[in-house]
Parts: sequence; structure tokens; C-alpha cells
Amino acid sequence: MTLNQQRKLKTILTGLFAWTIALVLFFPIFWMFITSFKTELQAISIPPTLFFEPTLDNFKIVQERSDYIHHAWNSVVTSFGATILALIIAIPAAYSMAFFPGKRTKDILLWMLSTKMLPAVGVLVPIYILCRDYGLLDSRLALIIIFTLMNLPIVVWMLFSYFKDLPKEILEAARMDGATPWDEVVKVVLPLSVGAISSTALLSIVLCWNEAFWSLNLTASEAAPLTAMIASYSSPEGLFWAKLSAASTLACAPIVIFGWFCQKQLVQGLTFGAVK
Amino acid sequence: MKRSITRLLMAPSVILLLVWMVIPLSMTIYFSTIRYNLLYPGRNNFVGLQNFEFFITDPGFIPAVANTLILLLSVLIITVVIGVVLSALIDKPFFGQGIVRVLLISPFFIMPTVNALIWKNMMMNPVYGIFAWISQSLGLEPIDWLSSYPLMSVIIMVSWQWLPFAILVFVTALQSQDTEQKEAAQMDGATGFHIFRYLTIPHLARPIAVVVMIETIFLLAVFAEIFVSTGGGPGYDSTNLAYLIYNQALLQYDVGVASAGGLFAVLLANIVAFFLIRAVGKNLTV
Repeated sequence: MTLNQQRKLKTILTGLFAWTIALVLFFPIFWMFITSFKTELQAISIPPTLFFEPTLDNFKIVQERSDYIHHAWNSVVTSFGATILALIIAIPAAYSMAFFPGKRTKDILLWMLSTKMLPAVGVLVPIYILCRDYGLLDSRLALIIIFTLMNLPIVVWMLFSYFKDLPKEILEAARMDGATPWDEVVKVVLPLSVGAISSTALLSIVLCWNEAFWSLNLTASEAAPLTAMIASYSSPEGLFWAKLSAASTLACAPIVIFGWFCQKQLVQGLTFGAVK
Repeated sequence: MKRSITRLLMAPSVILLLVWMVIPLSMTIYFSTIRYNLLYPGRNNFVGLQNFEFFITDPGFIPAVANTLILLLSVLIITVVIGVVLSALIDKPFFGQGIVRVLLISPFFIMPTVNALIWKNMMMNPVYGIFAWISQSLGLEPIDWLSSYPLMSVIIMVSWQWLPFAILVFVTALQSQDTEQKEAAQMDGATGFHIFRYLTIPHLARPIAVVVMIETIFLLAVFAEIFVSTGGGPGYDSTNLAYLIYNQALLQYDVGVASAGGLFAVLLANIVAFFLIRAVGKNLTV
């Protein structure tokens, strides 16, 4: 075998191996997806059915029974609301820390991250009682506030890492041209960081969309987002696999597709730019 | 720019996080020292450390602490070790790389509640699950995963969610590795293992630190997977601290004991965070 042939063979083997891992890891999702188009009988048949006539009945039943649209809307409102709020609060902080670092900037950043280590269960009781006393149980507002605070440290960190990497020369040039700090932010920093801000926003949306602890414990029917709706299928009724799969597919599809489009930015963001 | 302005810009974030930390925490400390059961209102007298005693002597306490740490460490080891090996193996261009990446990252976006339901019903069900079908096809006895190996089942679910994230981070990191260095080593007769050991691993030190940090933050608080799949059982076999406190607070309505447990969880998280932030903090240039 020539060296060239050896290389080709290696590429093919690498490819086959990578595809195998990817397909194995993706299999549960694929299975959930196709099960959602089966009848209940086909869903539990052994050996598993791969070829069948797809039906949309499950999706109809899910909508009728648990009002998917209502819960999906709750998911959208809470994740987008919390993300926008978190960005509004975090952008100024990240900007000032990245461009005008002080002696304690690093400490503040690490402290912020350490608040993420505060286990939610440790403060579940007081938050539950506060929500109860202020009539915020089962309300979207409570979830928005909690999600905002929950993600704030990560949002600040991500934006900080991006801002820190912006070339300082551009800012200096703008200042020489007589730009005020406000101009600097609005006309230079923000346009340069549209990508960074949107991938931060995407990550925050994903985290809010999938958040389960608070939504399970603080909502009932009115404000329950999709995570909480799905958990209600874990009851004995969960045995209706086709319907369960349809509900799960509907709950995950928006965010999975969302994730596909921005996986690269998300990885960069989540690793705080430490991985290029 | 003046320091006062930078402080002003930071103020909202810092103040909000401080409030988010201090108010619930001080309430938890207060509740943990009184008798407070939602079923018996009006009997909230001071009891000192009794709640802590109750929590620590609860039969679920030791299993819950052990399970929390076992879960954290196993998932960290599985995702980092397998992640590093797999990403080193697929760190070369091949056909359909883009699609493979898309498929690989998908489990990361599946919500924990759905994750648990898919695995519980469609993969691990002892009668109709895919695993049972595979065992039967091989002529083996199907395993009832959730009742026979509850903690391991939870570890599998959580690892499934985080392995793709680790692989993706490591693959991204490896793509910035110096190929010339690798080729030079190869010319000098270095084996694949040597390259992996002396070039790839050191190159991945920082990404590994980051992955460990991010995962630890989320893994200490695993809740939905347990809530949906095993309900902490059988017995306390898959109860972690998060689930045990939830159980005290919202199923037994004992706010006092749950608060004591909450403080314990905060303490544990802080011990972990102390080591973690010291280790990772060095790796992050600010």
C-alpha cells in the first residue's frame, strides 16, 4: 500500500468510527422521533418496528389533552423574557469589566460564578414561600425573574470573554475621533459583538427552555412551561409511548433545531472563549 | 472612563446577584433553626440545631450524600475520559463531518425531563425497551435497569446528555492544535499513543478544566432525571441531596428540616467550588 492509499484508508476508518458514535448517541432521539408517528401498538411491539405507516394522531391528541400551544407559549415567554432581561443587566457589567478592569475584576467574576454553585435546592424553600406570599406561584413572572438571576453569571462571563477579545485599537481610534463613551458602546462595541451577544442569548434561551427544577416546583397548570408539562407524562399514563413521544418531540424540536444552527458559537460561548 | 461609571455599570448585576444569594440564604438559615411544618401552622418555635440533627440522622442522608458524589464523579470521569479518547480519534477531516457534529451535539439540547422519559420507557424498559430487545436477541435475560441499577441508570442518562458537550469542546480545541508539531513527532518515530499522551493531553488541559467546571455546576443539582425516572428509589438507592431536600420540603412539608438540608447542600457545593474555582481560576486569564 502506498502512503497515499494508507491515508485514504485512515480517513475512511475515522469517518466510519465517527459516524458510528454519532448514530449511537443520536439513536434515542431518533427513536423518540419515529415512535411519535406510530400507533400505540406499534410503539411497544417487540421486535421494534422500523417500517410502518406514519400517523399524526398522537400530535393531535397531545394538543387536545395538554394544550401544547399553551405550554409552548409559556416556554417562549419565560425563556425569551429572562434572556432579554439578563442581557440588559449583563452587557453593561461585562463591558465595564472587559474594557476597564480593576484590581478586583477577577474576584468579582469568580464570585459571580460561585453564585451558580449555590444549589437551587438550598434556596427552594424560601423562594417557594416568597412566591406564595406575593401571589407569584404558578406565574410566568416568577419564572422570568428566577431564570434571569440563574443565568446572569454565565451571561456576564460569556459576554466578558468576548468583549475582552475585541481589539482595543478600534476603541482607541474611535476615542481619538472624539467618540463619547456612549458612542463607543453603541457605535463600536455593540455592532462588533452582535455575534457574541446573539450566541450568548441562544445559550441562555436553551438553558431556560430546558430548566426543570424551578418550573416543576413553582408552576402548576397556568404558567407551566414544556418541561413541566412533559413531567406530567411520567405518571402511569407514560405507558402511552406514542403520545409521550409526540409530546417530547414537540417539546424538544424547537430547541434542538435551534441548537443545530448555533452549535459552534454555543461551544465557544459555554467555554468562555477558553477553547477556540 | 471614571471609576464611578464603571461601578455604576456593574452595580445592577452585582446587587441583583447579591440579593439572589443573601435573601434566600438568610431565610434558609432562619427557617433551619425553627420548627416549621406547613401542615402545622403557628407552631414555629426556636429549636436550635434540632433540624440539622433530624436531617443528618435521616436514613436517606448518607446514601444521598454518597449518591450525589458518585453521580458527580462518575459522570465527570465518563464524559472527560471517553470524550478525550473519542475526540482524539475523530480529530481529522472525514466525510460528513458537519452532520456528525450536528448529531453529536443533539443530546445536549434534550430537556432533562424528556431525557429521563426516553431512557426510562424506550431504552431501559425491561419488557419493551431497546436494551431488553438487544439482550433477548443475544439470548440473555433482560435487565430491569431502573429497579436493579437505579443509580447507574441515572448516571447513564446524565452522561448521555453531557458526553456530546465534552466531545464537541475537545474536538474544537484539538482543531487548534499545531499539526506541524505532531508531524515532526511522527517523523521522529513517536507512536500514536505517545503523541496522544505528550501532545494531545497537555493541549487539552484547559478545555478539560472548563468542561469539569461547567459540568460540576450542573451535576451537583441533578434533579429532573431522578424526579422523572426513579423517584429517588427504590429505597434511597438513587436519591441525591437535591432530591432528598425536595422530598422533605414539598412532599413532607417540613420546611425546617428541608432548610437544614439546604444549608448542607450549600456547604457541600462550596467545598467543591472552593477546589474547583482555585483549580480553574488559574487556567482562566482575566
